[in-house]
Amino acid sequence: MDLDRRLASSGDFYSQKFQTTEREDTLVLNLGPQHPSTHGVLRILLEIDGEYIVRAEPVLGYIHRMHEKIAEVMTYTQFAPYTGRIDYLHPLAWGWSHIGAVERLMDVQVPERAEYIRVITCELNRISSHLLWWGAYINDLGAFTPFFYAFDDREIISDILQRIIGSRLTFSFYRIGGVATDIDDRFVSETREFCNRMKERLKMYKALVTDNFIFRNRLEGIGEIPFETCRKYGATGPVVRGSGKAYDVRRSEPYSIYDRFDFEIPVYHTCDAMGRYLVRMDEIRESIKIIEQALDALPQGECLNRKAPKRPKPPPNDVYFAVEGGRGKVGAHLVSDGGRSPYRLKLRSPSYSNLSLFSEVAQGTLIADAISILGSLDLVIPEIDR
Amino acid sequence: MMDLIFFPWQLFVIFVGLAGVMAFVGLNGLLLVYLDRKIAGFIQRRVGPYEVGPQGILQPVADGLKLLGKQIFTPKGADPALYWLAPMISITPAIVVFIAIPFGPNLQVINTNVGLILILAFTGINVLALCLGGWASQNKYALLGAARDIAQSVAYEIPLLLSVLPIIFLTGTFNLFDIASGQGAWPWQWYILHQPVAFLIFFVCILAETNRSPFDLPEGESELTAGFHTDYSGMAFALFFLAEYSYMVIGSCLIATIFLGGFQGPIASGAWWFLAKVYILLLIMIWIRWTFPRLRFDQLLNICWKWMIPIAVVNLLVTLAVISL
Repeated sequence: MDLDRRLASSGDFYSQKFQTTEREDTLVLNLGPQHPSTHGVLRILLEIDGEYIVRAEPVLGYIHRMHEKIAEVMTYTQFAPYTGRIDYLHPLAWGWSHIGAVERLMDVQVPERAEYIRVITCELNRISSHLLWWGAYINDLGAFTPFFYAFDDREIISDILQRIIGSRLTFSFYRIGGVATDIDDRFVSETREFCNRMKERLKMYKALVTDNFIFRNRLEGIGEIPFETCRKYGATGPVVRGSGKAYDVRRSEPYSIYDRFDFEIPVYHTCDAMGRYLVRMDEIRESIKIIEQALDALPQGECLNRKAPKRPKPPPNDVYFAVEGGRGKVGAHLVSDGGRSPYRLKLRSPSYSNLSLFSEVAQGTLIADAISILGSLDLVIPEIDR
Repeated sequence: MMDLIFFPWQLFVIFVGLAGVMAFVGLNGLLLVYLDRKIAGFIQRRVGPYEVGPQGILQPVADGLKLLGKQIFTPKGADPALYWLAPMISITPAIVVFIAIPFGPNLQVINTNVGLILILAFTGINVLALCLGGWASQNKYALLGAARDIAQSVAYEIPLLLSVLPIIFLTGTFNLFDIASGQGAWPWQWYILHQPVAFLIFFVCILAETNRSPFDLPEGESELTAGFHTDYSGMAFALFFLAEYSYMVIGSCLIATIFLGGFQGPIASGAWWFLAKVYILLLIMIWIRWTFPRLRFDQLLNICWKWMIPIAVVNLLVTLAVISL
């Protein structure tokens, strides 16, 4: 058939090499790289039988920017702003993973106040990341309005952080031995005001979205990820906590001063999209709790260790430093050969591991459910490709 | 004298009526696009259209002109004849059926005994248009959207008809004018109080038939990018868009006529009462659209087959029993 030959030669390497099953009545659908629900340039090759997915295979690499290689030709300080570009929704966690690794490598002391500022800003950033995910996820499910409500709240966080950091999206705030600028009374009062507002808003979110009949039906029992699957693919963050395992880097390997705060690790045993959704909603509440405790206990003093090296030249060694990002465990494995720039920097991105389990979970679901599962994994595409 | 000049009055009335109806559909389309966007803006805490004209009132006109100026474009591999036929099939019944709707005591193009059947039959043609459009564009997303639309429309036709039947048994006529004037001027005399269950089922079915949220699966943009009209642009897209809004208006007109007393109101019955009722229903549809998420496809069909149809049948049987007593 002429048509068959034409179709076989169309498409690129991935669609030609896509292994379909033996069945003949299926259709190969290219979801992405430009698709409203992949939120970036993720591409998923689907073999579908009607609306049911027979096989799903993510294709990556459309926004690969060689961050790890860039680190090898930059000094340790110069690379810091790049970390904010990896995950643009929770850049402070990525910044912290890099700076924390350098500090561990060189054994730099961080002043008390700087640690508190790091915790406050990082948790604010986590809330803003979860808010954006919330809006975008519900947009995927077909409701447009909550997106704007989420941005309404996120805007306040952006304003608060902009005054201190100077940027609104790709923050680069942490320095080796502290933070770039000190916070002032206005920051403290604005943050407190935001925390109070957010608690009320969470009630509204629950009434408007979480308790909605249609919404619950779209989430409950959808995309069940057993804990064994999470372990197999190395999934972390809300994905594994929604599968019944209280794994949080802030608790399991405490860094900075997280062991001083009283907060819960939300865990849900339902393993479905609703579990992951509720974990993130509870995390917003827990982050508010951490911020309020940190603001209460905020000590006076310097915010940057003056003795910290401006142009570090660490001894040959290798360290691993992990922090809890909005999407899971953010890790930086830094190897130094004694020079001004790293010999190798390996970035562990949580979205990459979380996406890996998609093709197993999506099998046999409807397209609409696959979109729901994809959204519940909270993927940030630049972070997958790095 | 009358025999000397043969003048086909009936035809003349229909032509004038059609012209009026076209103007009505066009104006309604413009107004509804504006209202939809402005209300969306209000619900989402933003301004909505603001730049073109005072309070953005000319925004739909600007949009329409933009769509008129677009290149007429047939995608590669599409079947051109069917591809261009589809939007026309979609818009034609949407205009024609307005001739049977009684807007006011003396404002109806043709008063026919089968008005209700005519409207329900003609609006069913829209399925064919969406199916052809999705099939002919040679696009996988469009094909999926068309498949969804057929299953959805065919399924929801059944409870739609079943919920109208009790009213037909009550009134004993398919004539929309008689149905409207059979109800009194005051709200407690309307059929919505006689048949509340039928009203609810009918309203939900109208939402599903017109592909409005939360039943907008054929064009579910987060799953199928734009569904059956993925490849359409320019005026072809505009016709689909206008047809969708017209079907919304038709649905609201039917509900207002059958359940809400039509053109009758407590004071000064007339077309304004009819329009007010229609627009209240349209506003409710817009409100629902900007509030609820989308259903999944199997849930949509489950609601229809497992809930709507049995309830409608029970409602019909109860009505019959009460009438025969």
